[in-house]
Amino acid sequence: MKTFEIVSHKIEPQQYADMVLRPEAGAVTLFTGHVREWTKGVKTLYLSYEAYIPMAEKKLAQIGAEIEEQWPGTKTAIAHRIGELAISDIAVVIAVSSPHRKAAYEANEYAIERIKEIVPIWKKEIWEDGEEWIGDQKKKPGGAV
Amino acid sequence: MITVHYFAGLKELTGVAQEQADLSGRTVEELWQWVSEKYPGIEAGAARVAVNEEYALPEDRLETGDVAAFIPPVSGG
Repeated sequence: MKTFEIVSHKIEPQQYADMVLRPEAGAVTLFTGHVREWTKGVKTLYLSYEAYIPMAEKKLAQIGAEIEEQWPGTKTAIAHRIGELAISDIAVVIAVSSPHRKAAYEANEYAIERIKEIVPIWKKEIWEDGEEWIGDQKKKPGGAV
Repeated sequence: MITVHYFAGLKELTGVAQEQADLSGRTVEELWQWVSEKYPGIEAGAARVAVNEEYALPEDRLETGDVAAFIPPVSGG
């Protein structure tokens, strides 16, 4: 198991919390992102995630490095699952430890925002009457690298 | 030769996950021209390009053995 990884099996969140826990940590925030059934009135049957695995793992590690720079004393572990996921399955887990709780909360939210910006992972929603890659694959993307 | 990867919606559009391209010495911008001629429907600028697993700029030059990848808008999380 790696600190920053793409996996194709069920995510066990506690393993990532354990990875960042250390004697100087007074707080661990553990975020799990789950497959949601309803999005804007449309019912999802399941999701399919794809990743450019080596680059995605590098970018997750980059996020961890950014966090350590911005919130000194924190330690981060992130895993994202790919393949077919059912409703309520965990797609992503982010664990951050820090001496005090504020940094752990802030850094954890920063991590999910950055994942949505720079990590090459794509989600396809499969509905009863169709499917679509999320992220608007046809239009020009905004945002920096 | 370089290797070119496609993902998600772009992979469905090209019908291939990866291929070789004779683009050594050319720029990322020229890679865009090559791909949009080969696969009509790919809009120039509709994705970011990564070279050797790092986001690249249009003026970056490709070298033999490089691995380029078209990265459509990401949607992880």
